Amino acid sequence: MPQLDAGARHRVRFTLNGAPAEVEVEPRTLLTDALRHGLGLTGTHVGCEHGVCGACTVAIDGVPARACLTLAVGVEGCDLRTVEGLAPEPGRLGVLQAAFRRHHALQCGFCTAGILMSLDAYLRLRPRAGRAELTEVVGGHLCRCTGYAPILAAALEAAAILRGEDPSGPATREATDAEKAHA
Amino acid sequence: MKPAPFGYLRADSLDQALDALARHGDEARVVAGGQSLLPMLNMRLTKPAVLVDVMRIQALREPVPERGALVIPAGVRQAILLDRPGLADDLPLLAAALPWVGHVQTRARGTLCGSVAHADPSAEIPLCLVALEGEVRLRARKRRRSVRAEDFFTGMMVTERADDELIEAVRYPTRAAGTGYAFAEVGRRHGDFAIVACAAVVDARRMRLAVGGVADRPTARDFPLLDGSALDDALNAFAWDLGAGEDLHATARYRRDLVRQLGRRVLSEARQDSLRCRS
Ligand SMILES: Cc1cc2nc3c(=O)[nH]c(=O)nc-3n(C[C@@H](O)[C@H](O)[C@H](O)COP(=O)(O)OP(=O)(O)OC[C@H]3O[C@@H](n4cnc5c(N)ncnc54)[C@H](O)[C@@H]3O)c2cc1C
Ligand code: FES
Ligand code: FES
Repeated sequence: MPQLDAGARHRVRFTLNGAPAEVEVEPRTLLTDALRHGLGLTGTHVGCEHGVCGACTVAIDGVPARACLTLAVGVEGCDLRTVEGLAPEPGRLGVLQAAFRRHHALQCGFCTAGILMSLDAYLRLRPRAGRAELTEVVGGHLCRCTGYAPILAAALEAAAILRGEDPSGPATREATDAEKAHA
Repeated sequence: MKPAPFGYLRADSLDQALDALARHGDEARVVAGGQSLLPMLNMRLTKPAVLVDVMRIQALREPVPERGALVIPAGVRQAILLDRPGLADDLPLLAAALPWVGHVQTRARGTLCGSVAHADPSAEIPLCLVALEGEVRLRARKRRRSVRAEDFFTGMMVTERADDELIEAVRYPTRAAGTGYAFAEVGRRHGDFAIVACAAVVDARRMRLAVGGVADRPTARDFPLLDGSALDDALNAFAWDLGAGEDLHATARYRRDLVRQLGRRVLSEARQDSLRCRS
């Protein structure tokens, strides 16, 4: 039973975007701060720090979760994924990221990392998720710029591509029509 | 916003958690999913000396079916229960209410026992426990007791639980033959806390309506099988007795109206459901 003292720093080990990682933190350190300040990974954004905005969302053991409501000492041994893990190699975009770009699903980009991580984790769990389900997933995030319609269009298109379907098929056409209606 | 310093103890067993709670008393707080506690720590609304993490205790991870009930231990996350095969048959009320608890991203971490411990007056999970006449199973190092849901919630975020007690599990009675269930809520947006939430349980003799978001705790009332204006009158009396208050989200009058409207709707849906299950 690890018992960690309040003032002291403690080493926490976990898997981060597929590679072993470790960071030294106090028990009170939030996962957001451990990632940003401890590991220098500033892709995970911090908005409200009380679970409401979704900007800090990362995948913990495959499910999307708020990093600002997670203690860094609590993720010992966990499998974490952050937005830094989405691109297949430097200078290239992942499928979801590319769809976001095509559909103008971001403007200022503050909310984007969190939304990408929610969608990435969710689509791995439920590759066949449709519009209603993805609307709920995106509903866990605040975006003040886009009005959400292009985010959903991008999500539906990416989901189709990830399923190996023709991205100009019915699911995506529905998305594009919605975008036109929105424009 | 950063929490004040605290010590942290990751319990591997129930005994370790109970020892820690016995040792630290009101200086310690249990941390489960953290979805209510961490916001309070971040805003420094609470400054415990020690957090006892109960999420790695293997013995608390699996729901256990009992005769006529499902026992849900402290380590069960909301999303895991929602995905449980057969939940809509066994616990139709929870299956209907859980999607209203926060978002995918908070249900992935939050637990049922944590919501019951937190005892927010508008929370759906405690509301269903009261509607179904469930129980809270409390355990301290040298004591164990079971408290009826209606006795457990004693005020706004105040419960019967003593400082050294862990909510080991909550017990939800499962669907009974000839009984119908329905849930409805109104909030500002999906995923926000309810302004008013209603849960109904109806059988051949009795209609039970539980209301959250109005009084300082989830509150239930039993009615005989009523219709028409008799039902309107009964709902109106209940709405007034709940003592609705006014806040940023709704006036007292709007809350009373929601109790009447949603109450009528869920009672009628639950009655339909009970007739379906009888035939
Ligand atoms: C954006 C957002 C939206 C939300 N919306 C809703 C909503 O619509 N409806 C709703 O009901 N909730 C909502 N919540 C809160 C819900 O997500 C929490 O999961 C729940 O209230 C607490 O469960 P937890 O496991 O996260 O508990 P924690 O946050 O870990 O703990 C909460 C409290 O309970 C105590 N505790 C926890 N487990 C135990 C135990 N086994 N024994 C004794 N004490 C214990 C802790 O010490 C603490 O005081 C929301 C939260 C967020 C961040
Ligand atoms: S910063 Fe975590 S939800 Fe807003
Ligand atoms: S792109 Fe600016 S908040 Fe979403």
